[in-house]
Amino acid sequence: MAFQLPTWMALGPTFVLGLTALLLLVFDSITPNATSRGVLSGTATLGSLVAVGLSAWYLLAGTGAEPIRLYQNSLVVDTMTLFFAFVFSSVTALVSVASYDYLRDHSYQAEYYALVTLAATGMTLMAAANSLAVVFVSLELASLPSYALVAILKKNRGSVEAGLKYFLVGALSSSIFAYGISLVYGVTGSLLLPEIANNLAAPELTGVLGLGIMMVLGGFAFKTASVPFHFWAPEAYEGAPAPISAFLSSASKAAGFAVAFRVFLVAFPIEQLVTGAAASVDWVLAAQILAVVTMTLGNFAAATQDTVKRMLAYSSIGHAGYVLIGLAALSGGNNEFVLAGGMSHLLVYGFMNTGAFLFIALTEYWSIGRNFEDFNGLASQAPFACTVMTVFLFNLAGLPVGGGFMSKYFLFGAAVGAGFWWLAAVGAINSAVSLYYYSRVVKAMWIEDASGEFDIESKPVGLYAALAAAAVVTVLLLPGFGPVWQYATDAAAALVA
Amino acid sequence: MWIEALIAVTLASAFAVFLAPNKVAGKLAFALSLLPLVGSLWMYSTYEASGNALLEGSELAFESNFEWVTAGPYALNWHVGLDGISMPLVALTTVLTSLALLASWTPIDERQSQFYGLMLFLEASLLGVFSALDFFVWFVFWEMVLVPMYVLIGVWGGPRRKYAAIKMFVYTNIASLVMFIGFIALVFGLGDSVTSLDMPAIAQALRAGELGGLGPLSAGTLKVAAFVAMFAGFAVKVPVVPFHTWLPDAHVEAPTPVSIMLAGVLLKMGTYALLRFNFTMLPKVAQNNAQIIALFAVISVIYGAMLALAQSDLKRIVAYSSVSSMGYVILGLVAYTLYGMGGATFQMVAHGLISGLMFMSVGVIYNTTHTRMVSDMSGLASKMPFTVAVFVAGAFGYMGLPLMAGFAAELFIFLGSFGAFAGSVWFTAAAMFGIVVVAGYLLFAMQRTLFGTFELETDYEVGPAAFHDVAPLVVLILLVILLGVEPSIFYTMIQDAVNPLVPAAGGGV
Repeated sequence: MAFQLPTWMALGPTFVLGLTALLLLVFDSITPNATSRGVLSGTATLGSLVAVGLSAWYLLAGTGAEPIRLYQNSLVVDTMTLFFAFVFSSVTALVSVASYDYLRDHSYQAEYYALVTLAATGMTLMAAANSLAVVFVSLELASLPSYALVAILKKNRGSVEAGLKYFLVGALSSSIFAYGISLVYGVTGSLLLPEIANNLAAPELTGVLGLGIMMVLGGFAFKTASVPFHFWAPEAYEGAPAPISAFLSSASKAAGFAVAFRVFLVAFPIEQLVTGAAASVDWVLAAQILAVVTMTLGNFAAATQDTVKRMLAYSSIGHAGYVLIGLAALSGGNNEFVLAGGMSHLLVYGFMNTGAFLFIALTEYWSIGRNFEDFNGLASQAPFACTVMTVFLFNLAGLPVGGGFMSKYFLFGAAVGAGFWWLAAVGAINSAVSLYYYSRVVKAMWIEDASGEFDIESKPVGLYAALAAAAVVTVLLLPGFGPVWQYATDAAAALVA
Repeated sequence: MWIEALIAVTLASAFAVFLAPNKVAGKLAFALSLLPLVGSLWMYSTYEASGNALLEGSELAFESNFEWVTAGPYALNWHVGLDGISMPLVALTTVLTSLALLASWTPIDERQSQFYGLMLFLEASLLGVFSALDFFVWFVFWEMVLVPMYVLIGVWGGPRRKYAAIKMFVYTNIASLVMFIGFIALVFGLGDSVTSLDMPAIAQALRAGELGGLGPLSAGTLKVAAFVAMFAGFAVKVPVVPFHTWLPDAHVEAPTPVSIMLAGVLLKMGTYALLRFNFTMLPKVAQNNAQIIALFAVISVIYGAMLALAQSDLKRIVAYSSVSSMGYVILGLVAYTLYGMGGATFQMVAHGLISGLMFMSVGVIYNTTHTRMVSDMSGLASKMPFTVAVFVAGAFGYMGLPLMAGFAAELFIFLGSFGAFAGSVWFTAAAMFGIVVVAGYLLFAMQRTLFGTFELETDYEVGPAAFHDVAPLVVLILLVILLGVEPSIFYTMIQDAVNPLVPAAGGGV
């Protein structure tokens, strides 16, 4: 090794994203009204692409193979941190490119990009958090910009209402989460995740500890839009600008899972909590119930929606349920693979789901309606965009046209391997249901005849570029799933060890 | 690397055609489809292999095997290769695709580039299905077939195309899921004795009796349950009565070229998979339940033929007759004799060519007359003698006239199944009766539509068809006769791959 980067550089992706946000604010304060859309969107894209590059580079160089502990162990950079940093910054890049066209006539452009990159900073920090205090702070750093972003279309009542609802539910679950943290701290006397695990042997307060763990779980359920804290999600995703829906349903959800995986595996080892002296709460059982209920509710609700965006919103709840299998099938002796299944599904999901919502952004840009019928015959007008959307939808449904099939297969396969074949069976049935509503969109676009004329006056470059990039990656993840799975298992192995 | 090249060239052609302007798409697609055609024929001529792809001691042609994703028990490999069962089907796919593309020039008059692009995409997926030897790779291609098919029927089909497309999609996709669960249960039942989804490895482990139980299921129950799940899944694709209802709808609504692909190649996916999975991996279960499976086969033969007899739409007649013909394949497979299984494989190819021929000629008649109703037309022979002659030749092939491919195939099947298992005499006799019904409805339909005095209830001028419409028909009829006169072109190859499966040859377990 001729040259060694300083250890704090391990947080490179986080720093780059944070600096990008600050830079955007500087642009805005120099010329509040004159900064061009191109500069803002370009800066945000460039910043997130640098973060993508850094996290990919670190992964390839094996930076996280030996966890790097920073700031008295309250932050840790391991393979999982970098894996998720890659997901968040990829989604941020796609969203930033696509927003260039979407925000054409909107105000608060600089603030928009600054908030997006700030939220992304919070998310990468969440993936690195090794102390409950940092978890809380980074969660808020990711959440607060999100509330504002959902409501950023100030003149649109849906947007404002969604933002308010999101904010209220968010505030409530934050306080539940904070209370849960304080209970855990009260019992174990520490906020650092590894130390909590060490201090778990305090039998006299097991009830309080159990309550605290359940409250922490509730906080994560909110962030990942899992039942029972899911009901903000359809409203928020529907009311928010479509690129923000993409951002929240892909990156923000993944962030919730990243931190949930770490907290539950490192701080609350399930063997101790079920059988040890500290036997207090079987959170794996809770996760199993959550997983089954979340996927079923999400998928069946999605099947009954009238608008495409709302359908995608509910289906994203369903996908949260699939990923929850990653937690729910633990303790089956196959932990590494189950967890890796959840992680790799989140990575693939980051691209396919972002792509699907960006297609919605495109239709909103063209002012095509929101219902399924409004998409009728769109393929004859915009064959490229519709082909790409078809790829996303079939991937989300788990047909083998891209990585979506791979990650689902590995996830369900690992669950069966861990002995939780019934979880996989519920997942498979849900997948079959999801094909119904996803193919409704495909049917509308390709097979139905157009009911009216579309007013497609232009093909926005930014949105098209983002869609194409997301589609290419989604498809390439089928043949190129090997490295994803490799890094995911490495990351998972480090956590469950 | 030849198989990879074949699939890659076809996929690249599909993209090229998708981006090409509508005007040139048809001709470009046909020209590009000649590449995989020539490639597969070249592969055929240099084919050198022995044995069955899934069994030990075999040597495959054009095999390649790479690691793809390594993950303990979930490892995936890119494993492709051809044996005597898959090689003829690969050749059939490329031949029929090129001819179907030629037959698309007249009927397809909108969004051509998308149509031809999807047709080539379909071809690539089919080539993958017949050459993949890793279950995962195979399943990817298997499901990929559905996507272009769904759009092809849904956009370019007849008046009830949306209903037909969705019915096809839902039926076959649910079937795939059922089959997938069955197969994966087997893999998990095998536990540590397999380390990947490699089909040869799994087949050998299963035949060696390494299957353990899974959860509450004992090994025996698991075997039967998985067999039933896989059989149900593939039976929809074949289709076997009573899982056949999606097929007539799909056929009638699909445009001619898509019908050709559907009957000619897609249905073979079902029987091919049955042969590869059910009959190769779990031969004992199949043999123990031979009567039940044969019953399905015979019902498909007779009931399909009866339904065909009752139709008044020419295309529906041909569509139902496919149900009947595929029933013979199942009967041949369950016989577990050299002739039975070899004949079944031969019938896949023969039926592919003959049904392609029939759909194509019905399509040509429809392009000229704009009706398919038997009652609407009469005496077509006087106006379009050439097309009618080919139609009659195809029908004779269907009836199993000697010196045509259908005869050879059915003869092998009956020879093979007669006396193969307890009660097989009766099943064979009943199935043979199906031939009589087939001859009945085809002759009846031809007599009413083709011969007699010319009468037509349509406003269109009737005349001879264009050259590019009849040329594929001629190619097909020549192939059908060639295979009928000289079955050994395929048959020796097929026998070599089927032989290790047959108990009499020491292959049965």
